Amino acid sequence: MGEGQGAVRLRPPANRVNERAVGWWRATLLLLTAAPAALLGLLGAFVEPARWWLLASAGAVALAGLVCAAVLPAWWYRVHRWEVTAEAVHLRTGAVWQEWRIAPMSRIQTVDTVRGPLEQLFRLATVTVTTASSRGALRIEGLDQEVAAALAERLTRITHQTPGDAT
Amino acid sequence: MTAPPGDQEPWRRIDRRAMAVAALAMGGLGVGAGAPALIGATGADPFTEGLGDVPAWALLLLSAGVLLLAAGGAAVEYLRWTRTRYRVGPERAELHTGLLLLRRRSLARERIRTVDLTAPPLLRVFGLVKVRIGTGEHSDGGESTLRLHPVSRAEGERLRRLLLDRPAPPGGPQAGRDGELARLDLRWARYAPLSFVTPLLAVGAAGGPLQASEWFGAQGALIDWVGDRFQGAGAARAVTVIAALALFAGAIGSIGVWAELWWAYRLVREPGGTLRVRRGLLTTRSLTIEERRLRGVDLVEPLGARIGGAARIDAVATGLATDDSARSADLTTLLPAAPRALADTVAARVLRAASSPTAAPLTRHPKAALGRRLRWATGAAALPVAALTALACLLGPPFTPLAVAVAAVGLPAAALLAREAYRSLGHGLAGDYLVTRSGVLRRSTVALQRGGVIGWTVRQSLFQRRAGLVTLTATTAAGAGGYDVRDADQAEALTFAAEAVPGLLEPFLTREPAADRPPAGGA
Repeated sequence: MGEGQGAVRLRPPANRVNERAVGWWRATLLLLTAAPAALLGLLGAFVEPARWWLLASAGAVALAGLVCAAVLPAWWYRVHRWEVTAEAVHLRTGAVWQEWRIAPMSRIQTVDTVRGPLEQLFRLATVTVTTASSRGALRIEGLDQEVAAALAERLTRITHQTPGDAT
Repeated sequence: MTAPPGDQEPWRRIDRRAMAVAALAMGGLGVGAGAPALIGATGADPFTEGLGDVPAWALLLLSAGVLLLAAGGAAVEYLRWTRTRYRVGPERAELHTGLLLLRRRSLARERIRTVDLTAPPLLRVFGLVKVRIGTGEHSDGGESTLRLHPVSRAEGERLRRLLLDRPAPPGGPQAGRDGELARLDLRWARYAPLSFVTPLLAVGAAGGPLQASEWFGAQGALIDWVGDRFQGAGAARAVTVIAALALFAGAIGSIGVWAELWWAYRLVREPGGTLRVRRGLLTTRSLTIEERRLRGVDLVEPLGARIGGAARIDAVATGLATDDSARSADLTTLLPAAPRALADTVAARVLRAASSPTAAPLTRHPKAALGRRLRWATGAAALPVAALTALACLLGPPFTPLAVAVAAVGLPAAALLAREAYRSLGHGLAGDYLVTRSGVLRRSTVALQRGGVIGWTVRQSLFQRRAGLVTLTATTAAGAGGYDVRDADQAEALTFAAEAVPGLLEPFLTREPAADRPPAGGA
């Protein structure tokens, strides 16, 4: 296998996501785990017989949330990168499981920009690029809102110029 | 094709015999549901005493109820008949339906990809068919299909020809031939019992009588009766005989299911560039796929069929049955389980290729992929063994031999499956097609048109990174939306992807001296 090819690898896409994405991811993880932990803790305060179990599981959930919030966002920030060339969109995401996605411009069907409430707080936006494949969507998370708007506009302009129904 | 003036195309109605069908169906339902209930209520036993003992009022009540149901069904159907109309103009196919709320649905004719005709037994008696007209859209809620239920068989055929007959694509006659590509060979029935249907039906054959006897409160009697049959024989012998009988019944049943699905099967290429599958014993089906939407084929070998040397062919096409995914597997099959060599031949005919890409030699994957599969399989097999061992330590005798037996059977079987899974892995290029193979319980060899690839996904877990493996997915608009090349050598897979679709991946590749192979995790 691979004899005479040297090490061929995918080069990382050119652009990092915005630094504020770290804070956004951290807040999302903390909120996601805080809700069930609080619920379990509340139940533990009221339900006498199962108090120990409920409080212990609340503690476990909270601990998992804290660890994830401490480790994952920084890791994601190092991995998550994106790039848009004249021909294709290139995206790298993930941490333990890393994923590179490449979609050619000529096959892009829709370009959406989404700003969730938390993202608004951090002045971030997510650009979703879909192709005709049910498994081919690219989500570029953690972009500065202005960068995202410019990117979406650019992608829409390029895809309008390419003919065909993208299947 | 000279277009007639569009708006003059008359509106048509669905067939008025729909009312008769509905009346019969509802009446039958009434008899089926009402008769047992009445028998139960009156306490009569028509099987031993005849109908004489059933009181007259019960018979009157039953027939009145059945008549009422039949009339009600016909009345609802009459309303539907008056409110449903359709027409096919030069630009659009339109359907208006709705009892209270008028629903107008209209499809652009150039978008129509499939026209399927289905005739369940009741409709067949009347010479009627259901028509399903579909486009290639990925839609929610099936907005992109028109269903005409029912129209006469001739009208269904007319619609099918009208909607799918298109001028031949430019570029002159293509290679390959029109006409019949495959037809049923009754010897294929021998592959039917090898499918997963057999054990399912066997369980049904064993459990069905138990359940039914419980409804009549006779379960105990049934068990006693079966026990009497095996008086004197050991429990092991009884279980073996019953299991063998159930499996035999399952095998017979699976052949029956196969016959219902595949009787009179024919795969035909029609002049307009469409593939047509016709099949069915009681319910006849006609499925049509526009060749322009075909992106490749999937040669599927479930484990049982593969041991028997058989394979089936599924179409990989855009816009097939996206609205009801549960039935899509059934609807995309171009060839039922047939001898492997024949399956390859039919695949080549379908793809208009000289030799089938599914039979092309493939690149094997690195040994590290075998290691991963062995670890998964033994891990999965070790779980029940560990649980049983724990029980054996706690409770002793009955669990000790069980744990030993499960370990003795499960671990080698897992290792064997893992080895088979590894040997199934492969990928390669064959002419215009990208070929990838994987799976052991359901080995699938997908040949995908290189022009149909609309993107790449490369995935790598921490473990794969250490072993220099990647999972490469070619995304496509057709079929499953993406097809995986699992656990291939990293450098080899990326070169393969770059070669399969020139120009897409190259700008993002770097070639380095082979010092450190895994890509940088971050930085």
